[in-house]
Amino acid sequence: METLKVKNRNIVVPGETLAEGMGFLPSRGTYRDGKTIKAKRLGMISIDKKVIKLIPLSGAYMPKVGDKIIAKVIDIMMSGWRVDTRSAYSAVLGLKDATSDYIAKGADLTQYFGLGDYVLTQITNVTSQKLIDVTMRGPGLRKLRGGRIININPHKVPRVIGKEGSMVTMIKQATECNILVGQNGRIWIDGEPEKEVITEETINKIEKEAHTAGLTDNIKKFLEKKTGKKLEVKKNNN
Amino acid sequence: MTRVDRRKNEELRPITAKVGVIKNAEGSAMLKIGGTTAIAAVYGPRDLYPRFKQDPKKGLLRCDYNMMPFSGHGDRVRPGGGRRSKEISMVTQKAINPVIDLKNCPNAVVDVFIELTETDAGTRCAGITAAAMALADAGIEMKDLVIALSVGMLDGELLVDINGKEDCELGATDIPIAYIPSMDKISLLQIDGEITREDLKKALEVGKKKCLEIYEIQKKALKQKYSTANKTEKVKSK
Amino acid sequence: MTKDKKEHILKALKKGVRYDGRKLLEYREVKVEPGFVHGAEGSAKVTIGDTEIIAGVKMALETPYPDTPDKGNLMVNAELRPMSNPEFESGPPGEQAIELSRVVDRGIRESKAIDQEKLCLEKGEKVWSVMIDLVPLNASGNLFDAGSLAAITALKNAVFPKLTEEGIINYDEKTKEKLPLQKEPIEVTVLKIGEFFIVDPLPEEEEQLDARLTVAITADNKICAVQKGGSEPLSITEIDTMVGIAQDKSKELRKKI
Repeated sequence: METLKVKNRNIVVPGETLAEGMGFLPSRGTYRDGKTIKAKRLGMISIDKKVIKLIPLSGAYMPKVGDKIIAKVIDIMMSGWRVDTRSAYSAVLGLKDATSDYIAKGADLTQYFGLGDYVLTQITNVTSQKLIDVTMRGPGLRKLRGGRIININPHKVPRVIGKEGSMVTMIKQATECNILVGQNGRIWIDGEPEKEVITEETINKIEKEAHTAGLTDNIKKFLEKKTGKKLEVKKNNN
Repeated sequence: MTRVDRRKNEELRPITAKVGVIKNAEGSAMLKIGGTTAIAAVYGPRDLYPRFKQDPKKGLLRCDYNMMPFSGHGDRVRPGGGRRSKEISMVTQKAINPVIDLKNCPNAVVDVFIELTETDAGTRCAGITAAAMALADAGIEMKDLVIALSVGMLDGELLVDINGKEDCELGATDIPIAYIPSMDKISLLQIDGEITREDLKKALEVGKKKCLEIYEIQKKALKQKYSTANKTEKVKSK
Repeated sequence: MTKDKKEHILKALKKGVRYDGRKLLEYREVKVEPGFVHGAEGSAKVTIGDTEIIAGVKMALETPYPDTPDKGNLMVNAELRPMSNPEFESGPPGEQAIELSRVVDRGIRESKAIDQEKLCLEKGEKVWSVMIDLVPLNASGNLFDAGSLAAITALKNAVFPKLTEEGIINYDEKTKEKLPLQKEPIEVTVLKIGEFFIVDPLPEEEEQLDARLTVAITADNKICAVQKGGSEPLSITEIDTMVGIAQDKSKELRKKI
């Protein structure tokens, strides 16, 4: 006897029974406890045929290999820099991963990145003890000059970026701001002050309404109203 | 028995629960039961100092209970906690730890800060109940929620959710308990006063039953915060 | 990097825009809720933007200070609990908490907001002690203004607890007798960043401040207390300008209480 206890898009609490019987498969955020499948944490259910997945809606950022994040330099060591990742774990940016230039031993590392600098980096390694390595060598990875940082819920980042970057591109178009979105929920924006305000308001709105239907259209209308100009965007599946 | 506030023996005081009340925190919740209001805020997983407390196998749950100076019914509460607050912080941690799974956060800490803004008995229980919601709100992996409630014995009668007058003036035996529904187990048990073995068993059974009522309120408050209707209504018991 | 951050804020201030879209001398939404906490003799919760703070008034009977035998006691204590901000640590009050306590205290004490002689029950023997505690629930900039607004609102609705025949306090019963409040000081903090003056700072703005002036003003527009903070010195003209801004803004805030 297999029964599904929840529907797609239901909000569930930790320990909630999602399904009974052996016919369903637990996926991310869910687990099997005897004959039942339960939720590991608070989140939204996503059911794909027999696979039950939980989409987290809250919680701190958990560093993952491959993530591009906006990190902050918090320490300068002999062999590189230590950066804050906006998680429980700091990361190390080694000398050889900092730039394609050759950095001599004993060089003044603050010439490259100083304390408090924000950098767009990519996570290359996460050990079981959560020791993290990041690199600055890669397309687009660089020190962020000027601009300012906004912090959002890291779980809303995919909605801010949109399918193939469509959402963030639309915001950039409307506000003419430079925008870089880190997987860790740190967003860097740089533009004219009034436009930066609109950018931040838009991002906050996406954060609030991330899981509602018709989000892209709502945001498009919001941007048009705020900037007073029409947007040309490709129709996209929400 | 006619109780001082005319409640029936097994009647809870009015309860209000709200999730997401402290913007800076990762997760937070407020629980008001009668004249007792507890607010819990969760920060983490985050870096743990001092280093010797770090556990490479899993994260640490740390609880801090505090009564605000103006929260008492009588004298001002001297800031600085003191022995009582330290003990309550400890039993709170022990009450909640069994449901927490921090294997994914080695060496890190999850801090729960519980503050009482108003007190009328049952404070540690309100704190635990609020803390469980706050931890779920923070996306922490949990096997279940935890609910706590004070049961009392006065003149041979079992009274549920005793208030300040019943506890202090009338000298009821105070039995705070915490209950984990999925395990059907008690994770907090203290007794202040005399009680027979049979009465204790009865008290635990009744306490468990009433905890399950409060459990429904916790779940509703958590789901309400994340419902797409995006209401910010408080969940009321009546 | 701090130079970069400063430059970016100044770029916005030059255009008359704050990071949240406000004008330079505009407050975030201010909400005042008197009587927020039921056990206290008086209380209030004030919300300014995302900053939320509770003030509670408790009263007790004490012996007066030897140099003021006919006056009651007044104390303001602020605790920056870690619940309200990830940067706050547990432990005894640090510099920030102490400054908040003393600045709010000064506004109330120096304006003679409470007629402390009316708190005297027996000269040299027994006086009322009024204790105001400030605890933020969420600290997101401008604790000075929010805290002092909460304190004065709490004092405004505070009532004496009942005294038994033996002269002991019965906290369970409150009288209808209000505290002898004769002045209602409002504190406004004005910040200087570069050449610009702003009020009601966001945390990012507090980080970049050059100087700040917290001014306590009574209803007749008189100044009764001032605190200068920040690492940069101020010219006399600047101080005068900031005081003028504070007087102006205090009228707005006063409408809330």
